[in-house]
Amino acid sequence: MFESKAGILYIAGIGFFALAFVSNAVVPALMYSSLPEQTVPELVNSNLRYQFEDLARRYPDSFNAVYGEPPGGEPEHDAWWNEKCAEALAYGHKIYVGEGCWHCHSQFVRPVSNEEQRWGPVARSWEYQNELNRPVMFGTRRVGPDLSREGGRRSNDWHAVHFFRPRDLSESSPMPEYPWFFDGSPDRPNAKGLAIITYVQWLGSWQESYPYYEDYVPSMQRPDDSDDADGEAAADDDDGAEEDE
Amino acid sequence: MSEAIQSGAADDSADIPSHRELVDETLVKLYFLTALAFLTVSMLAGLLMALQLIRHNPLQGLELFSPGRWRMVHTNAVAYGFLANGFIGALHWIVPRLTLHPVFSRKLSWFIYAAWQAVVLATAGGIVLGEAQGLEWGETPVWVDPVAQLGLLLLAINFMPPIARMKGPVYVTLWYFMAMFVWTFLTYAMGNFVPQYFVTGTSAGAVGGLFIHDLVGLFVTPLGWGMMYYFVPILLKKPIWSHGLSLVGFWGLAFFYPLQGIHHFLYTPIPMFLQYGAVVSTIAVELVVTTVIINFFGTIWGSTSAVKTNLPIRWFYTGMIYYFLTCLQCSFQVTLTFQKVIHFTDWVVGHAHLVMFGVFTMWIMGMMTYLFPRLLNRPWYSQTACEWHYWLSSLGILFMAGDLTLLGLFQGWSWAALEPWDVSVELSVPFWALRVVAGLAMFAGLLVFMWNLWKTWSSVPEQQSSPAAVPAAA
Repeated sequence: MFESKAGILYIAGIGFFALAFVSNAVVPALMYSSLPEQTVPELVNSNLRYQFEDLARRYPDSFNAVYGEPPGGEPEHDAWWNEKCAEALAYGHKIYVGEGCWHCHSQFVRPVSNEEQRWGPVARSWEYQNELNRPVMFGTRRVGPDLSREGGRRSNDWHAVHFFRPRDLSESSPMPEYPWFFDGSPDRPNAKGLAIITYVQWLGSWQESYPYYEDYVPSMQRPDDSDDADGEAAADDDDGAEEDE
Repeated sequence: MSEAIQSGAADDSADIPSHRELVDETLVKLYFLTALAFLTVSMLAGLLMALQLIRHNPLQGLELFSPGRWRMVHTNAVAYGFLANGFIGALHWIVPRLTLHPVFSRKLSWFIYAAWQAVVLATAGGIVLGEAQGLEWGETPVWVDPVAQLGLLLLAINFMPPIARMKGPVYVTLWYFMAMFVWTFLTYAMGNFVPQYFVTGTSAGAVGGLFIHDLVGLFVTPLGWGMMYYFVPILLKKPIWSHGLSLVGFWGLAFFYPLQGIHHFLYTPIPMFLQYGAVVSTIAVELVVTTVIINFFGTIWGSTSAVKTNLPIRWFYTGMIYYFLTCLQCSFQVTLTFQKVIHFTDWVVGHAHLVMFGVFTMWIMGMMTYLFPRLLNRPWYSQTACEWHYWLSSLGILFMAGDLTLLGLFQGWSWAALEPWDVSVELSVPFWALRVVAGLAMFAGLLVFMWNLWKTWSSVPEQQSSPAAVPAAA
């Protein structure tokens, strides 16, 4: 058996591979099969809408050139924004994958190495149960920061300048420049620029604590009271649920 | 019968087909040259990314030279352009000579060659134009995947018949190759289609981990070890030390290797019991690897001077030592304790280079150093250049892996200490600069090799003797 062609083909070749596939892939797939997979339009939330409309206000010429003018009439108006926002989100994801952003920016926060302090709440399975994680964007390397809690941390114009020339904002950054997201200058993002900023602002926008700043203290509170202000973030540190998964 | 062929003396007795009937040498040469061309492209792409990290990218701001895209060209060109072509070329030499039957169809061989280059070029073109798929080591655009899948099927159809027609016991090399034809086909299908079309999120992460891992473990590794089991006994003119250990090595790899994929995503939301399983089987495979290494060092025991005089043997055994180091490193880095610090850091990048260059590239280089004189029917133009190729490659990769491993620890500690992000970048820059130097040394080695090959081809006169009669110790 151990040296026969049949043994090698059927046991080692197919058998062991199937065993590994069932135990390492089918098992988690079945475990999470109850979590519904969200489509891109379902992923548009009010935090993201806020950022998307902010893009329209900051860069009206660029925005209108790509998406046109919003129609009048309240219901049509709302549906139009959602539709364009979903369109930008999907396109932004495509650019994020195509440019290989995810090879230098991970998208998961681990429960170790003080990562909760640096990035925010630990990653949970349901966060990845959507169309934009086909295939999942966990990433394996952090040349730059993790981005899964990036949405809302920084303004749209910060991102525009940063994509155009990262070192203008972050002196030591090894990130490449992306001038092809713009028509010549950072205040004129093109379709790609608007889309990639929308995608980055989406990351983490589903969190209750969005935007999740490092050492976030509500502006009306003195720094001494910061311990009380952590209550909201602490609610997300639900270790019990982590083990249930 | 196979003994006679293995000893390198292809006497034309009636029942043994001649070398020329078995091996399509033109095709082997073509595969090797294509492999070298893609390795050149890949190393230039790696250089571009390395220069970007130290903020001296000369092509800054050019869309078609975006370092992020060329990073993917770098890995894909190595996996599918260099390693795959180098290994398929080797298969065309090894399988017919070992089974004494030619491949299923020579026409099919040429078709596969053309189709595979089309796959590689379409992949590179797709990635450069921003069409990559979001799967590490599988960024082949989704519209290339079905064609590549078909190519892998045809490859198995072409190589399985000579193995099937063979009578008598099956040699170790062919265990690895047979299993590889099945595994590679299944791995490619699983990795490229399942997380794209069937599952999402965390489950897709589990499949992605399996894919990254199996591509190395079930495609590259069995081809590499199959080659070692074939070439080492021929070059040393003695059998493998222990057949029992060969069995342990193959079956241990077959059982434990596929179970480890999730170790690429420890501390993700993937269920903890699956993560523990992956960690345990990874440590188990390190024990299996140790038996294989013992087997090969048992084989060379008594003829160790061969590493001084026989350059291919030196390439092979250096690769094996690096293989052992990689696996030893892995059995530590896979533990949750190490993962806390080194995950996401350059430690992992160093590890990946040590295995892909230090082991498999070195083995292919050793094989080319051995086979080109036979394929071209003339000795190397310059033995000194062959030595330079070896030393630049073997020391360059050791330097790069050491540099990045150390840097990974510093990065991990800096992050865990919650230092500002910029601090970890600033401390990385000197290490990244040294990595460029190491990479340039490795690239220089390749250039020396290609120069030597060109001079051999163009200015050394062809010998009259048959290829198999060229002394085995090149």
